[in-house]
Amino acid sequence: MDKPGDGNSSVFTEQEFTHSAGRQLALFACYALLAIAVLLYLLSLAARSTGSNGVASGAIDIVNNSISITLQDEPPQLDASRASDAVSGTVLFHVMEGLLSYGPSGELVPGVAQRWELRADGATFWLRENARWSDGEPVTAHDFVFSWRRAVDPATASDYSFILYSVKNAELVNSGELPLSYLGVNARDDYTLEVEFERPTPFFDKLVAFATYYPMREDFLNSTNGRYGADADMMLYNGPYMITSWVHNASMRWEKNPFYWNENRGFLDAINVDYMTSDVNAKLNLFKDRQIADTTLSAPMLPSAMEQRWHIDRFMEGTVFFLELNHRAERLTGNYHFRKALQLAQDPAELVYRALKEASYLPAPSLFPEFIRGVDDLFRKEYPPEPHRMDVAAAREHLEMARQELGLQEFPPLVLLTGDSPISMVAAEYYQALYRKNLGLEIRIDAQIFKQRLAKMDVGDFDIVLAGWGPDYDDALTFGDLFTSWNLNNHGRYNNPQMDELVRTAQESLDPRIRMEAFAGIQQMVKDDVVIIPMYERGYAFVADPRLKGFERRSIGTEMDYSYAYIDVPDE
Amino acid sequence: MWMYVLKRLAQGVITVWFIATATFFAMHSVPGDPLLNERAMSESIRANLEARYGLDQPLMTQYVIYLGNLSRGDFGISFTQENRQVNDIIREHFPISAILGVLAVVFAAAGGVLWGALTALYRNRLPDYIIMFLVILGISVPSFVIAALSQLALVNLNTLLGSTVLPVAGWGTVRHMLVPSLVLGLGTMAYLTRLMRSSMLEIISSDYIRTAKAKGVPPARIFTRHQLRNAILPVITVLGPSIAAITTGGFVVELVFAIPGLGRFFVQAVQQLDYTVIMGTTVFYGAFLVFMVIVVDVLYGFIDPRVRLE
Repeated sequence: MDKPGDGNSSVFTEQEFTHSAGRQLALFACYALLAIAVLLYLLSLAARSTGSNGVASGAIDIVNNSISITLQDEPPQLDASRASDAVSGTVLFHVMEGLLSYGPSGELVPGVAQRWELRADGATFWLRENARWSDGEPVTAHDFVFSWRRAVDPATASDYSFILYSVKNAELVNSGELPLSYLGVNARDDYTLEVEFERPTPFFDKLVAFATYYPMREDFLNSTNGRYGADADMMLYNGPYMITSWVHNASMRWEKNPFYWNENRGFLDAINVDYMTSDVNAKLNLFKDRQIADTTLSAPMLPSAMEQRWHIDRFMEGTVFFLELNHRAERLTGNYHFRKALQLAQDPAELVYRALKEASYLPAPSLFPEFIRGVDDLFRKEYPPEPHRMDVAAAREHLEMARQELGLQEFPPLVLLTGDSPISMVAAEYYQALYRKNLGLEIRIDAQIFKQRLAKMDVGDFDIVLAGWGPDYDDALTFGDLFTSWNLNNHGRYNNPQMDELVRTAQESLDPRIRMEAFAGIQQMVKDDVVIIPMYERGYAFVADPRLKGFERRSIGTEMDYSYAYIDVPDE
Repeated sequence: MWMYVLKRLAQGVITVWFIATATFFAMHSVPGDPLLNERAMSESIRANLEARYGLDQPLMTQYVIYLGNLSRGDFGISFTQENRQVNDIIREHFPISAILGVLAVVFAAAGGVLWGALTALYRNRLPDYIIMFLVILGISVPSFVIAALSQLALVNLNTLLGSTVLPVAGWGTVRHMLVPSLVLGLGTMAYLTRLMRSSMLEIISSDYIRTAKAKGVPPARIFTRHQLRNAILPVITVLGPSIAAITTGGFVVELVFAIPGLGRFFVQAVQQLDYTVIMGTTVFYGAFLVFMVIVVDVLYGFIDPRVRLE
């Protein structure tokens, strides 16, 4: 029998129990919240000593004349002699300057060199006397000699040392067969730099704008104890900006270099790299939240960006993507008719517009991308590539001829090597379906992560590979020499003496017209002999804060150029 | 007790050595190497790089050198961030992941225990149904979706309020930590809620609870002393591994919220075949996981007197 009252020893109903326990639980919840609040406070104290962004300053700071931007990633290597990636290239472009540099619209302009002279056997650069390092010391010809020697020094182990191989003896020095002093570069005096060529290099002026050619001061390098480029204070700058703080993987601050000579460059007092992320959605959100001044837009973002009436821009990033074919004799793709069949049965426009659906990409008509310059105008205007026409019937005829030549009953499956990014998977599947439908060929997709794909490309373990090539310098040769017998990036081992001959001419002739004729010949040969099958040129849509002017994104030199950017203060 | 701890620690060292060895040989058997780049390189350039990183030595020699360095706690220099010691990378970036992870675990544990107890208490009633529905969502929706959605919500919140109340991304203050750690802890919180609920339900219907009720023990005391305390044991068991899982699995959240933690090194190193960073992060995280498991086992002895540590 229930006997109510007498709290301690009473028997209780289920409901009473739930109520009582619920109250207890609520009490615990309060304790937990309190504990978490204390913990948050303690952790925020701890976080202060770790890499922090601190208080972000916002996209555009008119008062301090500064902007905030993002970088794709932590720059892996800010030692210019050893840097080889796009992010480091972008940072170095803003804080360093070579003999030549790039102007506001991407044209080559005088940098540290005031004027120069190119000859068949060498070049002379006359340096300006008001070019200064960020500690106020003058930039001299000796700094270039030291830097170039260091870049080809075997001990430096630079993977881009090949870009200096136009300089006399560079290759022999790099392989350790000659001492550094044999490198064909000398300072005649503090402001005159003499270069001897290994072979005629009519585009040498374009090469010297590249990061590996940037100067470096010997005494400073020695003072860094092997840590040059590792931190903000472990570098010396001669560009429009200098890095004043660098929290690894988190943030950077570039401030105006007070000693920089060019008054028409470096208008902002500071550029804050507040975030390092490759996530386009995060960047878009930061842009919407007015934390960064510009961002890249991926295809799915475009409709809503247009709705918001943003001023959307597009730039071609300069890389051409293509199906690289394996020309080794034992491969099916070594057969001309087989390659021709592959070429005729596809259409890059269909790939770009129907399969990839990337509004910022362009179907590639040739090996040479849009931005390449010819004699007076764009190369593409002066030497337009022959238009491609998809012709399945002709493709099948060529396939039949290939079958007879190779003496095969049936074609074995082809191996299509590709990276694991979403875009390349879509492209690979497109070709798989296309060639099955049009030619009845079986394609086996071999998707590999970056380094493994490279390893397989190097040993030729593929029939077709989805490959891409981006420019190093502003000359058609950066694409044109890809398929010579001696080029290590010729993964399909295409070997044709005529091609080698054309490239020799393009490399060595001092007459721009002869050179461009040679490139036109290369362009035609790539198509006629089906060396590769061009797919697309990569482009990106982007949007910038309307108050930021003079900001450019380009195909060459640097992907993002803030060095001519300024804030346009709207009228009150 | 102390003998037990020492024994476990010794076992831990062997486990870590095994992890290091397995990773070392697995990593080197993957086609390709960290020196490969989009630009093919000539023999001499390659030879220069191999000499610089000691890759020109036979594999066994590399292994012996590696173990020697490891025993001194030196992980070497990163291949992709060429001026940085792997030790520096871990020292600078692990604390960030750890702070994020600790916070996420605290959220997950506190939330899991409270929600789990609540659902058990109100079993088969409305609060139970609502919470369990959310739990299913929390378990099944991957963290990158939740991260992206919550970031979008932050943008809209800030736009609505006209100023940046909670930052969209970045790191440094409490305001930066709150949302990412909640997102990171959400999956575990959902999992723990379910675990807590089932373990509570099992205990509620057990004999000693009935005895306690019959004895007239006050409800609050039955609930905390007899039910919660016993039900929490399985939660604690999984907590150790989940601390490690959360701390190491923060990659997606760190990427979305642009947090400079160690997670992205852990993932990117594998894609880049950055040997030293792969070894460094794997061995470090491996040791961390082993250590957490030992801590939990020791902790067990304090919470449950029936467990004897011998």
